[in-house]
Amino acid sequence: MDVRVANVRKEFDRFPALRDVSLDIKSGELIALLGPSGSGKTTLLRLIAGLERPTRGTIYFGDEDASNKTIQERNVGFVFQHYALFRHMTVADNIGFGLKVRPSNKRPTKAEIRARASELLDLVQLSGLEKRYPAQLSGGQRQRVALARAMAIEPRVLLLDEPFGALDAQVRRELRRWLREIHDATGHTTVFVTHDQEEALELADRVVVMSQGRIEQVGTADEVYDHPNSPFVYGFIGESSSLPVKIEDGQVWIADRPIGLSTPNVPNGEATLYFRPHHVELLDECNGCIAGTVAASRRVAGTRRVELEIGGGRERVEIELPVGHPATQKSRVTFRPNRWKVFPKVVE
Amino acid sequence: MSSAPAQAGWQFKKPSVIPGFGLTLGFSLAYLTLIILIPLSGLVWRSASLGWTDFWAIATDRRTVKALEISFGTAFIAAAVNVVFGTLVAWVLVRYRFPGRRVVDAMVDLPFALPTAVAGIALTTLYASKGWIGSLLEPLGIKVAYTPLGIVVALVFIGLPFVVRTVQPIIEEIDKEVEEAAATLGASRFQTVTKVLFPGLAPAVTTGFALAFARGVGEYGSVIFIAGNLPYVSEITPLLIVIRLEEYDYAAATAIATIMLALSFGMLLVINLIQAWTRKRYG
Repeated sequence: MDVRVANVRKEFDRFPALRDVSLDIKSGELIALLGPSGSGKTTLLRLIAGLERPTRGTIYFGDEDASNKTIQERNVGFVFQHYALFRHMTVADNIGFGLKVRPSNKRPTKAEIRARASELLDLVQLSGLEKRYPAQLSGGQRQRVALARAMAIEPRVLLLDEPFGALDAQVRRELRRWLREIHDATGHTTVFVTHDQEEALELADRVVVMSQGRIEQVGTADEVYDHPNSPFVYGFIGESSSLPVKIEDGQVWIADRPIGLSTPNVPNGEATLYFRPHHVELLDECNGCIAGTVAASRRVAGTRRVELEIGGGRERVEIELPVGHPATQKSRVTFRPNRWKVFPKVVE
Repeated sequence: MSSAPAQAGWQFKKPSVIPGFGLTLGFSLAYLTLIILIPLSGLVWRSASLGWTDFWAIATDRRTVKALEISFGTAFIAAAVNVVFGTLVAWVLVRYRFPGRRVVDAMVDLPFALPTAVAGIALTTLYASKGWIGSLLEPLGIKVAYTPLGIVVALVFIGLPFVVRTVQPIIEEIDKEVEEAAATLGASRFQTVTKVLFPGLAPAVTTGFALAFARGVGEYGSVIFIAGNLPYVSEITPLLIVIRLEEYDYAAATAIATIMLALSFGMLLVINLIQAWTRKRYG
């Protein structure tokens, strides 16, 4: 089922949580809504589910306008961060709940509901736990039951709100891979919310990066990582260093000298230079480079992170060097980013 | 450095980092002995001096049996009524915001604080055939004051806060996500309340029921004013005990009291077992 969010605005007590958001979700896609807390990602998910009503704008399921449909009519599967299982019901009853509450003419028989429940338990790899109560399960198992319960109603869209947020790192990684497998097997259109970029980049077909109630960028993991289209995305996805620079006739200047980078499309004036710590090349002689004094140096896995003070210590950037590189011994390092981007300063 | 050898098998005291197990357990036991166990065993002791035949004669006396029936029967009905309406009151107080909510919330506690005799007199005045409510019910052929129905009314009044105050915090704790989950699964509002929320309240409701029931069985002050106290009809057991005492028939009084004690203990035990069972399941 395609889902289309068109010019949606949502206010809570006059405070805008979402400002004019539009998003097209293709059928069968696995999409991540990624952003820091307060970016509106959960609000967007809840609007799609019908748990909130938009202040303005429309949400389409396929061609039909779903904005004014109730939650019950929308037929979405929603998985909550804290599972929200019914604790007085067994695992099987939890999964069968959505079928059991259907009006009698659409309700499957008891035997069918039971069969469906155990089929789904097989899918989420929990067969044999039908008679357990949620209190007797681990966090990861509960989240699987929650997913099975959401899928039992054959939802048109599957929505997951920080599904792995309350689990420890090991289980998270395991469930992440497992969710991908389930998605590939069932082909549900799936939207999940996360603040963990690693999770979003690894799992999703497309990532929606959000900030302050707006969508900053929509794209595949490669697109948002390699071609961030805003300072926010550059800073939020992956690691980045930034430096205030000046643009003069398409040349990037730091303080009073050009650093040998040219960017013809950025207008003259103040701007900010962004680059990844590992996208740098060291230079021996400096005719157009960035020079910095080594302030700190840390070993990070297979590389060494060097923190440099630029321009008399007012700015700090991090660059990444191979562990045995001679430059790590020097007190002064000169370098130039080989992949970078300059964003003109936004006048607030 | 020496370390205590790992002990196998049963241990009276489980190893714990929290100190003071001996002291606190000792204090608790001494306190409970002083406050509860000694008076109650005195009661049993006193009635034991009666001899088995006499005890049995008193226990099977028609007036005693009838009084016990009335006491436990009315307390049970009243507790059941309180479970329904007490839960409703708790629901309304937690879920809705309306002017005067705090006043209503405070009013729930009044039966705790009000002298029970005052409650009894007030209820009798209202429900007597000339009272405000009694005069309305009279034409319908319903008599409340001076009948077992009156006892139920008094016990409902007395027991209400027990149910409301045990259920209220549990309703407050209900996770909003659980309701939203039910809604996304297609459950109507009514189905959510009846199939998801109320079953979750069951343990708290049983506790409230047990408290209201126990309170109702032992209630004296409010009941004697409204009951009419006719032997075999509306005479409650506590009153019968007082009557025996006034006749200086201490043996009979303690015997009836012992029976009541045994019955109450048995019923509370059963309720506690039910609770332990539901707790174990729901966690």
